[in-house]
Amino acid sequence: MLKVNVSLAFADFKLEVVQDFSLSGITAIFGRSGSGKSTLLRVVAGLEKRAKGNVALDGEAWQNGSVLVPPERRGVGYVFQDTRLFPHLSVSGNLKFAAKRAPKAGGPQFEEVVEALDLSPLLSRSSDALSGGEKQRVAIGRALLSKPRLLLMDEPLAALDEARKAEILPCLERLRDQGTIPVLYVSHAMAEVARLATNIVVMEAGRVLRAGEASTMLADTEAASLFGLREAGAVMNARVSAHEADGLTLLATSAGPLLLPRVNAAVGARLRVRIHAHEVILSREKPVGLSALNILPAIVTELRLGDGPGALVQLQVGDDLVLARITRRSVQALQLGVGKTCFAILKSVAVARDDVGTAAGDWRSSG
Amino acid sequence: MELPDLAPLWLTLRLAFVTMVVLLVIGTPIAWWLAFTKSRIKPAVEAMTALPLVLPPTVLGFYLLVMLSPGSLVGGAWFDLTGTTLTFSFLGLIVGSVIYSLPFTVQPLQAAFESVGHGPLEAAATLRAGPLDRFRSVAAPMAARGFLTAAVLSFAHTVGEFGVVLMLGGNIPGKTKVISIAIYEHVETINYADAHALSAIMLAFSFLTLLFVYSVIRRFPVATG
Repeated sequence: MLKVNVSLAFADFKLEVVQDFSLSGITAIFGRSGSGKSTLLRVVAGLEKRAKGNVALDGEAWQNGSVLVPPERRGVGYVFQDTRLFPHLSVSGNLKFAAKRAPKAGGPQFEEVVEALDLSPLLSRSSDALSGGEKQRVAIGRALLSKPRLLLMDEPLAALDEARKAEILPCLERLRDQGTIPVLYVSHAMAEVARLATNIVVMEAGRVLRAGEASTMLADTEAASLFGLREAGAVMNARVSAHEADGLTLLATSAGPLLLPRVNAAVGARLRVRIHAHEVILSREKPVGLSALNILPAIVTELRLGDGPGALVQLQVGDDLVLARITRRSVQALQLGVGKTCFAILKSVAVARDDVGTAAGDWRSSG
Repeated sequence: MELPDLAPLWLTLRLAFVTMVVLLVIGTPIAWWLAFTKSRIKPAVEAMTALPLVLPPTVLGFYLLVMLSPGSLVGGAWFDLTGTTLTFSFLGLIVGSVIYSLPFTVQPLQAAFESVGHGPLEAAATLRAGPLDRFRSVAAPMAARGFLTAAVLSFAHTVGEFGVVLMLGGNIPGKTKVISIAIYEHVETINYADAHALSAIMLAFSFLTLLFVYSVIRRFPVATG
């Protein structure tokens, strides 16, 4: 448990965070740029000496009225957006810098980290001669080799293109699934957050607005407006049941089967699929003669009318919660209300490839 | 051609070397502080350390002479402690040279530390490196070019010193008679041959120093932060 109760004033901005972080898996700190996410991370690391208040990890005070533990004695790993590799050291020099100063016992060994992040071809290279994705992998490896009690990641993928992100995301998922090092992960990219997060903390203007378990938060109608309406969308847990001959992959969810364009995962693998709220169509009757492949029975659990013509509907679909964004007019026409049954039609594009992630091992099973 | 008395040359090199070493020791913390402080007195300290750049050396020398003479507070205390005077002595010249060449150590080092910046040092701190460790294993190697520049420039600048020495040290062979003073004396006594020889040595030395600065140091493999 990381307990934070801090304030830090700048000329045009004030960070005021009172929040307990449960620290299981990856805790995503989401918010627009300038919302104070990175500053919060710096305070936790001890890099903001002007911060006032208390920070404690597992009951050990890192900061209070009389104590200010310097960053080098906190045992936090920090992956900066701009990597901050040491330019005077090679890749292996950077990694050894961390390993040499880490506690001897426990934690990942040099070879394990090199193996997991596929760093061996880079070891003798100068850290200046790396691509953005390579630099970020080395930075993650370096942070892991310092055997941190808590890993802080500040938009590690923000500067990378999609292909480079795809190199690193599986590494982060493995890290989450091993569950040995808790991660605070700052991001303003919803797709990343939906794919990686175990818990989500939403920040705005220096404060925490909402916090909770990822699947609940992503299906939260109030949080949806914070994520941005285009980005709003819940995640469903699924398991690969078969790869069909026509190129589709059949997934099993607690509410029934889903068909997706071929997913690159073995039969039996657990997945998280993300369903954008604006890609869901609702129908009171079971539709027939429709081209859409994925139609799941649902129960309305929450209705939130927007200021404009739109409305957000939260649906119980099997064990999962899904959001649908429809018009207020449709809410009236369909006579939707909490407790009413309906069918959620997921346009097959809704389950976009980029938004398909491998789920955590401890993620609750979809049955 | 007969070689002129080379004692002033050796004295000059000895003075420049000792001054360089002293300056690297005291200039580094000053440059570090200037590079990273957010204090409001930073401009004042910067101006103080840059003063020797613009002040006529005779002014500097005059104040040092007044300050270090046995009748003054500092010079008197030194005399009571050691029984020697700081004025008209090699030690006094070192004190003068250190002040005279201070900006040539502080400014390149400050620029080098500023270009290292907070980033790598913060990264090192999160990798469990303490303050001294961060300086030794991150800041110093990244600022290596700054150290080399500072060393060469403060050495070379001390070699070219004249006014301060003249005011503070006079012209005592083997003690305070450095090369620039020797040249001045040769000219005064119309010994142009020796003045030529020593001047040529100085010219060649200065050119080679700058050549080193502009070629070797510029190519010194230090990446930017």
